[in-house]
Amino acid sequence: MTATIAQPEVGRARLRKEDARLVTGRTRWTENITLPGMLHLAILRSPYAHARITSVNTAPALDRPNVIAAFSGADVAETQGVLACAWPVTEDMVAPTYTPLAVTEVRHVGEPVAVVVARDRASAVDALEAIEVDYEPLPVVLGLEEALAEGSPLVHSDKGTNKCYTWIFDSAEAGTGGNAVQAEADAEVVIKRRYVQQRLIPSSMEPRSVIVDPSGGEWTMYSATQIPHIVRFLLSATTGTPEHKIRVIAPDVGGGFGGKIGVTPEEWIAFTAANRVGRPVKYTESRAESMVSAHHGRDVIQDITLSARRDGTLTGVSVKLIANMGAYLGVVGPGVPLLGAFMYNAIYKVPAYRFECTGVFTNTTKTDAYRGAGRPEATYAIERAMDELAAELGLDPVEIRRRNWITHEEFPFTTVCGLVYDSGNYEAATEKALSLLGYDDLRAEQAARRASNDPVQLGIGVSTYTEMCGLAPSRILGALRYGAGGWESATIRVLATGKVEVITGTTPHGQGHVTAWSQIVADQLGVPFDDISVLYGDTRVANKGMDTYGSRSLAVGGIALVNACEKVRDKAKVVAAHMLECSADDLEFTDGAFRVRGNPEAAKTLADVALAVFTAHNLPDGIEPQLDSEATFDPSTFSFPHGTHLCATEVDTETGQVKIRRYVCVDDVGKVINPLIVEGQVHGGVAQGIAQALFEDAVYDESGNLITGSFAEYLLPSAADLPTLEADRTETPATTHPLGAKGVGEAGTIAATPAVVNAIVDALRPRGVHDVMMPCTPERVWRAAQDGSGRGSS
Amino acid sequence: MARVSVTVDGTRYVDEVEPRTLLVHYLRDQIGKVGTVVGCDTGNCGACTVLMSGPDHVARSVKSCSVLAIQADGCAVTTVEGLADSDGTLHPVQRAFHEQHALQCGFCTPGMIMATVDLLRENPHPTEAEIREGISGNLCRCTGYQNIVRAVQQAANGGAAPSAAHSAPVESASAESASVESAARPVAHSPAVTS
Repeated sequence: MTATIAQPEVGRARLRKEDARLVTGRTRWTENITLPGMLHLAILRSPYAHARITSVNTAPALDRPNVIAAFSGADVAETQGVLACAWPVTEDMVAPTYTPLAVTEVRHVGEPVAVVVARDRASAVDALEAIEVDYEPLPVVLGLEEALAEGSPLVHSDKGTNKCYTWIFDSAEAGTGGNAVQAEADAEVVIKRRYVQQRLIPSSMEPRSVIVDPSGGEWTMYSATQIPHIVRFLLSATTGTPEHKIRVIAPDVGGGFGGKIGVTPEEWIAFTAANRVGRPVKYTESRAESMVSAHHGRDVIQDITLSARRDGTLTGVSVKLIANMGAYLGVVGPGVPLLGAFMYNAIYKVPAYRFECTGVFTNTTKTDAYRGAGRPEATYAIERAMDELAAELGLDPVEIRRRNWITHEEFPFTTVCGLVYDSGNYEAATEKALSLLGYDDLRAEQAARRASNDPVQLGIGVSTYTEMCGLAPSRILGALRYGAGGWESATIRVLATGKVEVITGTTPHGQGHVTAWSQIVADQLGVPFDDISVLYGDTRVANKGMDTYGSRSLAVGGIALVNACEKVRDKAKVVAAHMLECSADDLEFTDGAFRVRGNPEAAKTLADVALAVFTAHNLPDGIEPQLDSEATFDPSTFSFPHGTHLCATEVDTETGQVKIRRYVCVDDVGKVINPLIVEGQVHGGVAQGIAQALFEDAVYDESGNLITGSFAEYLLPSAADLPTLEADRTETPATTHPLGAKGVGEAGTIAATPAVVNAIVDALRPRGVHDVMMPCTPERVWRAAQDGSGRGSS
Repeated sequence: MARVSVTVDGTRYVDEVEPRTLLVHYLRDQIGKVGTVVGCDTGNCGACTVLMSGPDHVARSVKSCSVLAIQADGCAVTTVEGLADSDGTLHPVQRAFHEQHALQCGFCTPGMIMATVDLLRENPHPTEAEIREGISGNLCRCTGYQNIVRAVQQAANGGAAPSAAHSAPVESASAESASVESAARPVAHSPAVTS
């Protein structure tokens, strides 16, 4: 039984329910929570990128004021558990033991070595300086190719190699396409390029924070995490603590962007510390600690080869990556490149494809998911290379795409990777974007500036992207050797007064689930928007869930929600029929009520039924007096949003200054639940994509010190650094589930970076420039403009 | 320890503080104003921004991580918790942030709102460029600033949305969070209007 409604909530630009507390400062960040008897934790971190720990003496810290306990990794070696990697991408992947506190060796600057627990934070931090640690420095390896070279220092000497894994997909071997090596041999045109995805730091504005309360033989962890359910499971699995004794709460969480997908040393250390002192312990990182200890993102060298005919038709794509794992493996770190592995073919009809990725250890902070996770890398490489192919053939960048993309009549389309793209309309999104930008006029202006040798050149960057999100079908995750499923859960509780509590297994941290989920449920159950509460982020309330990342919450969790509502309607219908003294078959659910077909005045709302069920005085025989329901949804496929982003930049060839004059994006995320929220997601995503192109870069010195260790050096863009974003949409519904919605959380980030760099290269191409390394700083752009064919690298 | 007397959100507090105590830690840890948050250690992010007025009684924005509590002695401090009227009616800047969807995770929001209040005190009718420059000491990782700019424009326009055109009718979330229905929004693809 489906719900039909005259004035649906879905599609309305509802202002967010979440905002009321956030704009008034009445917020429950983890750092705002104080528990009775709570103590504070401070962590001493390694100043060396690689060193043997020869001794640690924590005793002097105990003499400092207000200190309750101090201990090192060696003191808790047997009880501190380990930090698990949940994605062993190959059978022979090298997975070193990763302990929360280092015991015998440190392998990156910032690795935790010892802790102090004190009555207040300042006392804990002050006492760190009393701890005596002797280090014996060891050789450091930082570069990816250096790490793979013969004779390189080893990050994990017991492993005998810095290679973590090599993972290969070949369409010929998989039976999903041709042989890419052969395609290259037969090609009329071959484009080979190397791109470098610099290291990025996710940088949510809220630093990570954790409290562990060990009271009463149970453990309650409050953590600023995106994944309370996964943290609970892994804390249990790696410390032997019974799962039912662990409750993990993600209160208000101030942004994540992948940076709070983790089982972190700090969470495990807080757990250990709380157990040692028998009292609640809180740890909140400083930003300086966050920069060196919270995981980083990207840091991949990409070699991409396009094979094509002279008419521009692609005949093959080959990709070889080296991906920096850092010193240890994050919870999904090794799998991040795999999330991009099936996306280098992008929106194009590629007949042959080969992908190979080698993961490498270095003496750097571990890498893991950062907004887009694998897909921005893939989209960057293919969209940059397509521009190079266009330039080689003297074609317009839009034309090269037209000659290769899947047309809207060709959906559903099985790609060279074996994925089935359910729906899309690349032509429509591109046409709309070109029209909004005034593409032809800007090309005319570009020609004029080139002709007059204007010192300020104009460049137009094109990025036509798709991505696979809505993580993920459990069977596919299993086939990729990921350690968990990709389903999502929803529960509906119908209260006696007809109000509704929705419990979701997703864990929002800024995405507006409370508002969007209320809109969906309002339509499904005929309940007013304001009569719905959405509960989440507490494993005792939302006991089942896979949390929020990979643009999955709506595309997977939203379907669980719809299915749970359907179960409520099915239950309520039986009671409504009894109340209306008719057969359930005579009822339909329209405009928020059960109505007798042909006699719509005879109706019962969910609230009517809820009260009848609550009193239970007159229920049909055998009917349970409750309407609550639960549904778990495992998607059959991924979600494939797409869009066309266009960026017009003015590049000052005399100063290297890049000014984004226009940024136009037309995204197709299928059916939209709330256009305000979608637009906001696109804005924020695009900003992060632009930031990779122009500003952000995590840089180490030769000793392995992060020299971009604060927001003074690691350049998050401010409002003054970003352009006005002109965001529009087309709407091609997903066909694989009833909502028709596609993921949107990562789309902007995936699309924007190549749009910006393509624009810069386009501006400088007459000078022989075919690449500028990211971030495209004024110095790099200026050098590229001066030395013509150079890469503009510093 | 040093004695300070500070009026915070209209209430006078007299406390003993360590001389090294930062204003933000005094606000959060000693008087419980946890609406003001800490996002960095270097004065870059602005999440801790509050208004502080000294002898001239002009409330200027300060990053409370860069002010010692003892420097606030004798001053009046307004945090995000003190902006709304006592009956709960939101300050126009708070309302504008809500109505323009100018926040997502909301962590930067208290500082961003306080910086906006000060920006509009200095320049009641800023251009878009002046707005972007005026809030450039406050970092946001979620919004790309687009809707924050719109919110500042709305607040500067006395509560009217920055453009008469609608991309989608916007509807209030609930009575407690907003008192105005159907604020107008600019067409999504039109560059924001400057005043």
